[in-house]
Amino acid sequence: MLTPQPFLEMKDITKTFPGVRALDGVTFDLHQGEVHALVGENGAGKSTLMKILGGVYPYAGYGGAIFIEGNEQHFGGVREAEKAGIAVIYQELSLVREMSVGENIFLGREPNKFGVIRWDELYRRAGELLADLHLQIDPHMPLRSLGIGQQQLVEIAKALSQNARILVLDEPTAALTDSEVETLFVILRKLRARGVGMIYISHKLNEVFRISDRITVLRDGKTVDTNVTANWTESQVIARMVGREVGDIFPQMDHAQGDIVFQVRDISVEDPVVAGKKLVDNVSFSVRRGEVVGIAGLMGAGRSDLLMAIFGAHPGRVSGEVELEGRRVHITNPAEAIKHGIGFVTEDRKRFGLVLDQTILNNMTLASLPRISGRFITSIDAESAAGERAMKDLRVKANSVFTIAGTLSGGNQQKIVLAKWLLTNPRVLFLDEPTRGIDVGAKQEIYGQINQLAKAGLAIVLVSSELPEVLGMADRVLVLHEGKVTGEFSRQTATPEKVMACATGQAQRAA
Amino acid sequence: MTESTNKAESNDPAPLPEASEIAAVTTIGKFKISTDVLRAYTMVFALVAIWLYFHYSTGQIFLDPRNFSNLMRQTAVTGVLAVGMLMVIITGQIDLSVGSVVGLAGGIAAIAQGWLGWGLVPSLAAGIAVAVAIGAIHGSLTAYLNIPAFIVTLGGLLAWRGVILGLSRGETIPIRLPAFKSIGQDYVGPMVGWVIAAIAVGAIIWLSLARSRARRRHGLEAASLGPMLLKILGPSIAVVGFIYMMNSYEIAPGRYAGIPVPVIIFLAIALAGAFLTQNTTFGRYLYAIGGNPDAARLSGINIRRHLLAVFCVMGALSGIAALIYTARVGSASPDAGQLLELDAIAACVIGGTSLMGGRGTVFGAILGALIMASLDNGMSLKNVEPYMQNIIKGAILVAAVGLDMAGRKRG
Repeated sequence: MLTPQPFLEMKDITKTFPGVRALDGVTFDLHQGEVHALVGENGAGKSTLMKILGGVYPYAGYGGAIFIEGNEQHFGGVREAEKAGIAVIYQELSLVREMSVGENIFLGREPNKFGVIRWDELYRRAGELLADLHLQIDPHMPLRSLGIGQQQLVEIAKALSQNARILVLDEPTAALTDSEVETLFVILRKLRARGVGMIYISHKLNEVFRISDRITVLRDGKTVDTNVTANWTESQVIARMVGREVGDIFPQMDHAQGDIVFQVRDISVEDPVVAGKKLVDNVSFSVRRGEVVGIAGLMGAGRSDLLMAIFGAHPGRVSGEVELEGRRVHITNPAEAIKHGIGFVTEDRKRFGLVLDQTILNNMTLASLPRISGRFITSIDAESAAGERAMKDLRVKANSVFTIAGTLSGGNQQKIVLAKWLLTNPRVLFLDEPTRGIDVGAKQEIYGQINQLAKAGLAIVLVSSELPEVLGMADRVLVLHEGKVTGEFSRQTATPEKVMACATGQAQRAA
Repeated sequence: MTESTNKAESNDPAPLPEASEIAAVTTIGKFKISTDVLRAYTMVFALVAIWLYFHYSTGQIFLDPRNFSNLMRQTAVTGVLAVGMLMVIITGQIDLSVGSVVGLAGGIAAIAQGWLGWGLVPSLAAGIAVAVAIGAIHGSLTAYLNIPAFIVTLGGLLAWRGVILGLSRGETIPIRLPAFKSIGQDYVGPMVGWVIAAIAVGAIIWLSLARSRARRRHGLEAASLGPMLLKILGPSIAVVGFIYMMNSYEIAPGRYAGIPVPVIIFLAIALAGAFLTQNTTFGRYLYAIGGNPDAARLSGINIRRHLLAVFCVMGALSGIAALIYTARVGSASPDAGQLLELDAIAACVIGGTSLMGGRGTVFGAILGALIMASLDNGMSLKNVEPYMQNIIKGAILVAAVGLDMAGRKRG
């Protein structure tokens, strides 16, 4: 199925930044009608390589050469790369929320006559493109009314409207539900049949194995290996990524459990926008000292809403009871939750977790400043001592605590958010998607931390979209579906099939 | 495989850091990253260049003690306002009303001592109290009713100007209390200046030593003797030179002025503002709120209370600026203080403050205020026509931000 001459060839690509060689002689090729997966830990050079392909780093800024159909390309910028048929879909979508789907697809290339936009033609062509992808999306709809998954598909439609022959997908499923992933894969397969070459970057190896024809592993800016997917096994890929064999990434451990520390009863949360809709419906659960309770469920099942509500940070109306060490507490805002000893490692670290412009230290101490640094006047000494200790404990890789948080890799950023909450001295720790979008090595370190914290007696609630993570880490698993608890399993009884059945609402099961 | 397994277990083989990580972490000094320090130096150089240009193109009038003293007095009002504005902008808000508030607060103080016959302290207190109350109103509307600060204070810009026009019936009210006038017109005398200089130099030395000790304690590389001396000598020479200039202004034959009272007030507020933003939890929370409101809220910070507080601080500083302004002019006219809000915002922006919030320093805002005042003063000395002055100031404001953005992109 592979044509002899690769459509795209990147030869000996080298790129250096001041003080670091980000890419060191990377070779990569892509055939027409192929999905070529590019995997590697964060910082391995995947994004840099794609930025070179996409014209973000223009020609002469890197070493090596790019060939399309045997002709060497010199991209001076993104436009030139687009003209050559390369479309890059980045993790952060480049769409305008306030515009319609059609406007977004043709943004900057609106069909026009003397500068006057021909709206009929624009929407007709947008409709054709969407229909072509079997997407049931009205091009007149404002983009913001679509879910994130559908927005992603609109972005793909936009890329195709530019006659892209090479499509780069950077973590396309990070925000998608399982059914949206299926839709995406159907579309990718269709594009493959049409001869579009696709570069697929993802941390989710099971998806990589399902969709890709070949896999290339990058490590430390070098190509480690390229092979046909059928010749790889998952653990081989992981081993190449991290440079070592990973036995079991979940350090299985039964946590010695104590008394019930934390108990919630009949928590319900109303949607602040849609009146009468319940995001969380009568949820009760408890956590023991040293126990990890996992909350599984599909996106939109109300997992984050539940945690936000308990933490006093949900905009909707919340009802229910919260008990800490047997005493009823009233929490109406995050400050109170923190005072009662609840820590909350929120999802989406860039949006909810970090002040990206600020230093590691300022981020780490943000939730515990009065305790660590002083009630009103801060002490840089006391603060950096605490910060440096946390940095060492969590093995944050950065030059100093004064490094700006926004410049770090995802795994290190996640560790800073974790450190922020550990510095508040919590008794109960909520973890919402604590390993999303970070590399395998950093994941493993976070899992190790979770186990250590449980061992130290914390009561931990772990929300995750990755089923293996919940099953591998939790002593008990609670499954949510449409705001309700549809299942509860012990570590011994939980299997992926059973949990998934409850998560999709096909089964109900209590402990 | 065994070899690589061992390697992975040890601490050192960090995954390759992102390129940007390496560029940004080069720390000079303990509290700022290199890019910020570089910015500060660039601005100081720009200010010195402006000063030298005006000095030599005005036949060496600009930097003579008399004009320099004047320049500092002119900076005082904008400077005080810029400190408040900086804090507002750090939280991601804006205050367009400060010019009108200055007019109203100054007018109230003038009415109190002129028409009502109140004493010095009650009159001054009345002016400040009104300004704080206005700040509280703006803050409450912004924080608790979620009306954008731009709208609230745009309304304030109109409304408070209207109030003072009504209260004063359009009249200009003279200041009759000499002690009131001295806030804007008097000097503290050379002796006081030297005492301040001594204290300042002592503080600079002590702080530098403490900083280097702290660096060593945290295992960071302490500055070696050369840079350390430079860090002590630079600011010390600036302080001594400044005081010397102030003290050599001869108001009457044989009588030397010393630092103007408004400049003392301004410096005290600048120091307090720098301390508040850099060394208190309050200041840290302002940056967090402006940098990422969601993260701030989830970290337990009461955003509304901080917004209210910051607008009250802005109010208080507007009140103080109003007193200085009124005292300096010697009377309160109903149109006093017009466009001061724009000077204050411009000072912040020239000083590297991001209007998106989360970024900016008091030091930068003060340099910005000095640059603005220097342009005003220098161009007046050179008899540049007023219309031309406006065009030049506008162009410089835009160019300064343009250069800054270009620099950021590269960095």
